[in-house]
Amino acid sequence: MSLIRYQAPELTPWPAPDRWNTLRDELNSFFELPLWSSFPRAGQLFTGWSPALDLHQSTDNIVAVVELPGMRKEEIEISLHDGTLTISGERKRESTDGEKAERTERYVGVFRRSIALPTRVDASKVSATYHDGILIVTLPKAEEVKPKQIQVS
Amino acid sequence: MNTLTRENRDADRAQTEQFIVPPSSVIEGSDGYTLEVEMPGVNKDALDISIENNELTIIGRRSLPKIEGTLIHHESRPENFRRTFELDPSIGANKISAKIEQGLVTLTLPKAEHVKPRKITVS
Repeated sequence: MSLIRYQAPELTPWPAPDRWNTLRDELNSFFELPLWSSFPRAGQLFTGWSPALDLHQSTDNIVAVVELPGMRKEEIEISLHDGTLTISGERKRESTDGEKAERTERYVGVFRRSIALPTRVDASKVSATYHDGILIVTLPKAEEVKPKQIQVS
Repeated sequence: MNTLTRENRDADRAQTEQFIVPPSSVIEGSDGYTLEVEMPGVNKDALDISIENNELTIIGRRSLPKIEGTLIHHESRPENFRRTFELDPSIGANKISAKIEQGLVTLTLPKAEHVKPRKITVS
């Protein structure tokens, strides 16, 4: 038995790139139809709720800003595991006795949003605030990843 | 009865400022409608609700928190929110009330007295 190094098979010729571009443009233009563009976040229909998340980095902190409109503070869970920040929770429907929803675009139910952090953080010093439907999680960087000046003596 | 939920999309296009159309929900109860619109980053003072020609317009201007450092991952959009609804004639426009809590605008639109369901007893 001989051990032969795996070789990638020859690439079969794909259609010329410009054909793909045309196809992509056509697909894009489909999603740019007025119907789709005026329907907010059409993608959520299929994927549930994935709240918009921004990540900022300064010398001392990583700050995550998440748009979570209409939640209660107690319903938001923040966890840190293996360098991944996870924000999860459940948005409950208000009482629906004798009421019917005419149209619902707002997501109701469980959501979960994770993001890998670029550096190590000090899990014991993480803090969070929630105002106007925006969650801000401040994660101080771990001491060993902060830039340090070393003086030559 | 369904015109409450009909939007005026042409009005959106006429504007030069770009707005985000925020997700909203309409819930019908026996006394009226509840309208919920998601506007994260908008506080009470930056919310502008107006009714003109039976058209309800909700504009929310965001005051986004200033965060120190560089943006390394970006999903949010900076534009303000705007959404318009055509009001059903059954709604008593002068009785509309609104509140905003954690970026969620809730409008209560009571039905005018004459359209509320009524029981008529046979005498």
